[in-house]
Amino acid sequence: MRYAETGYNLEIDLATGNIEKVETDPKLMATHLGGLGTSVKMHWDRVPPETKPFDSGNLLIMSAGLFCGTPAHSANRTLFTFISPQTNLLAYPMMGGFLAAELKYAGYDKVIFRNKAPKLVYIWINNDKVEIRDASHLKGKGALETQELIKEELNEPRAQVAAIGLAGENRVFVASIEQSRSSSSRGGGGAVMGDKNIKAIAVRGTKNLYLYNGAKFMERLQEVTDYIKYRNANPIPQVMTILSGIGSPQEMKHTDEKWHTESFAWGNARERRKTFWTEEIEESWTKLQLNTVKRLISCYNCPQQCGGLIDYKGVPAYMMKCFSKLTYAMGAYVDDLSFSFKICKQAFEYGVDSFSTPQILAFAVELYEDGIFTDKDFEGCPSDNEGRFFWLLDRLAHREGIGDYLADGTYWAARRIAADRGDTRALAYDHNTTKKHEQMNIKLGMLDPLYFLMYGTNEKLSITQIEGNWPQAPFEKMEDRIEFVKDWPQLPDEKFKKYFLDWEPRGEMANPYYPTPQIASEIVDWMEMLHNIDDALGICAGMSSFCLKPPYHVHVFPKLISAATGMEVDEAAVKKIVNRSRNLHRAFNILRGVKREDEKPPEDHWKRRFPEIEENLLTTYYHYKGWNYDGVPTKERLHELDLDYVADELQRRGVLKDEQN
Amino acid sequence: MSKTKRKIKTIKIDADKCNGCRACEIACSGFHSTPKYDIINPARSRIQVITHRLKNIWLPVFAGEYTPAECMGRDIYVIDGKEYGECAFCRQPCPSRDLFKEPDSKLPLKCDMCEDDPPQKEPLCVQVCLNNVLVYEEREVEEDDVFKSDMMEMSIKSVVDSYGLDNVVATLARMSEKS
Repeated sequence: MRYAETGYNLEIDLATGNIEKVETDPKLMATHLGGLGTSVKMHWDRVPPETKPFDSGNLLIMSAGLFCGTPAHSANRTLFTFISPQTNLLAYPMMGGFLAAELKYAGYDKVIFRNKAPKLVYIWINNDKVEIRDASHLKGKGALETQELIKEELNEPRAQVAAIGLAGENRVFVASIEQSRSSSSRGGGGAVMGDKNIKAIAVRGTKNLYLYNGAKFMERLQEVTDYIKYRNANPIPQVMTILSGIGSPQEMKHTDEKWHTESFAWGNARERRKTFWTEEIEESWTKLQLNTVKRLISCYNCPQQCGGLIDYKGVPAYMMKCFSKLTYAMGAYVDDLSFSFKICKQAFEYGVDSFSTPQILAFAVELYEDGIFTDKDFEGCPSDNEGRFFWLLDRLAHREGIGDYLADGTYWAARRIAADRGDTRALAYDHNTTKKHEQMNIKLGMLDPLYFLMYGTNEKLSITQIEGNWPQAPFEKMEDRIEFVKDWPQLPDEKFKKYFLDWEPRGEMANPYYPTPQIASEIVDWMEMLHNIDDALGICAGMSSFCLKPPYHVHVFPKLISAATGMEVDEAAVKKIVNRSRNLHRAFNILRGVKREDEKPPEDHWKRRFPEIEENLLTTYYHYKGWNYDGVPTKERLHELDLDYVADELQRRGVLKDEQN
Repeated sequence: MSKTKRKIKTIKIDADKCNGCRACEIACSGFHSTPKYDIINPARSRIQVITHRLKNIWLPVFAGEYTPAECMGRDIYVIDGKEYGECAFCRQPCPSRDLFKEPDSKLPLKCDMCEDDPPQKEPLCVQVCLNNVLVYEEREVEEDDVFKSDMMEMSIKSVVDSYGLDNVVATLARMSEKS
């Protein structure tokens, strides 16, 4: 009997149409838990470093987390893993919604796609009956529209469907995979799915999922439930509204956007508008949002309401979540929030990443304004900011005209434009990427040691999926700090309280000197570990690693994992498991070419940079993680994590040399 | 005249508050598994959230009494501009749909308000609904123990209408002989 996991994967060879239900090795749960952990292991075992993103051998794995389908609140993450066409590294965008649990109830932990279908297909997983179906009638259809059409066609309103839009079909590097109110966006999973000719994956499951000791699990989960109630009734008073609660940022509920609109950069991540949030803007935005968001909605088994049902005049109803409410408006310099409600529908139908895409479109506008793109390139483009963004979005999704450049993201677009037009000026407009991936549109003053490490070193390359439990900035007043640390059960160690109390907004005990490299390493390592646990279990970061004082934390997980699986684990054991997966992921990406010099936030992320401190930070952090000067896990570290086979491979390929250890 | 006390259990459903999370379905299936909570399967749940997300419909419905025949005449409700499916509000497991049936055996399911020993403070679906969509209420009613001859007569009349007086009399005679 298998507990929490189903113990089966679906292996689908798209080229031959062969479908197999494969029993998995029960030991993998003990070594990698599930979700991201077991998916990384599979990529390590089966995808050699020579494999390119659009090669047949690039596996696309759709995985549920270990806790998906159990009563654990907010355990609803569906995780896609693949070699990203944008970064050439192993990407793992996740989405909420309803599909992961349905997959478990259908009897599978993962679906593994290999090779490419000869024509556009969709996959219908109905418990034991799995079909590859023709999708030629869905070609070019929107990612949201496709979900409804498939449910209708199957006459199964309870099926959960993940689909790509035109952008995925056209292998746009920032193409997403959309499902219900959620999307798996970062890194271009939609492009890989499109390259494999999969339009959609529909799932319906009515089977049992077993827990080792359900009663004990429920008893332990009660602690989480009680804390959710407590936190919902007690937002953190010392921070701004958007950071005060739990769940993903409650963008559909909160109307106060002073912080986002004034602290984050507009356009192509260029400038802050520090006086944007006027009374008139607040009044008009609030009124519009309250009239437009018809209902606040959640993902599977989550009490929070991070999503909203959008009903804006003339736009067919759709669902929105999180920061997509602002990214297009800010990218386009449009002060009217209704623009967001209009363009997001189109962007979601095309299926594109709401973080990268607005920056790419703003990048195109800059190139035009500075004469690198010409009037001929922009022929037919409206001159107003809104119209221009709609026009550019169409070009990008269709890969039409200059859209073919834009579809590759700012990094590749800048290089291709420079090469094709013999104009190297284009390169400078790619100013906000790390490892070829667009970063959050933030430009600040003083180097922040914690964020330096997080932006630079994490495999996710997306800060919202790295940061979280530690406050983004020190508190001005000591009494606020004392109050904040008083009730902080999530900490792994009491010493972290002192770190926070000592952290000052200015002076010697402030950024960039404090937290010191050693303390910064401890804090970042802890935060990253929390994300790794969430990603293995399939828990939404919004209820765990991505928010202050969350219901799930390092002291809760072992008890829940033990009751759910029957595998007795303590905190040290859980930490070791996710560290193992983390280092395996690291080794995988190192073999694909990640270097120390790639591990840095964008040059202009902060105005004031300190090269010596940054070098020291990176060296200290690498050392803390058990990595050598180049960021490669050492032989000793790999041995501690039972990853000797990884050390052997790194040595065999000459990445790890004896003298470096 | 003697009196009988009866407990009426009600779950008030404020569907407008439902965020569609389906925690109620998970809890229900876990509670009714053996051993308790060891098996999770929302398809076995005695509460189902009828969902049409884009139509803004999230409607928790509880399983009621099994009926062997499906309805011939059906209703479609439109409330606040939202059109609900013709079986949307129906609680009954019936041949026309697979809702409220065990997925394997197809045996009908029925909400039992989580009767338990010792009793639960409230049904499990209510306990896990943190948005207060489901609110449990209990009240006790006291009724006179009267023989309600008028109601009985009404019932017999409908049988007579269906089968004819002679057949009903003959059947009653046969039944009384057996007893």
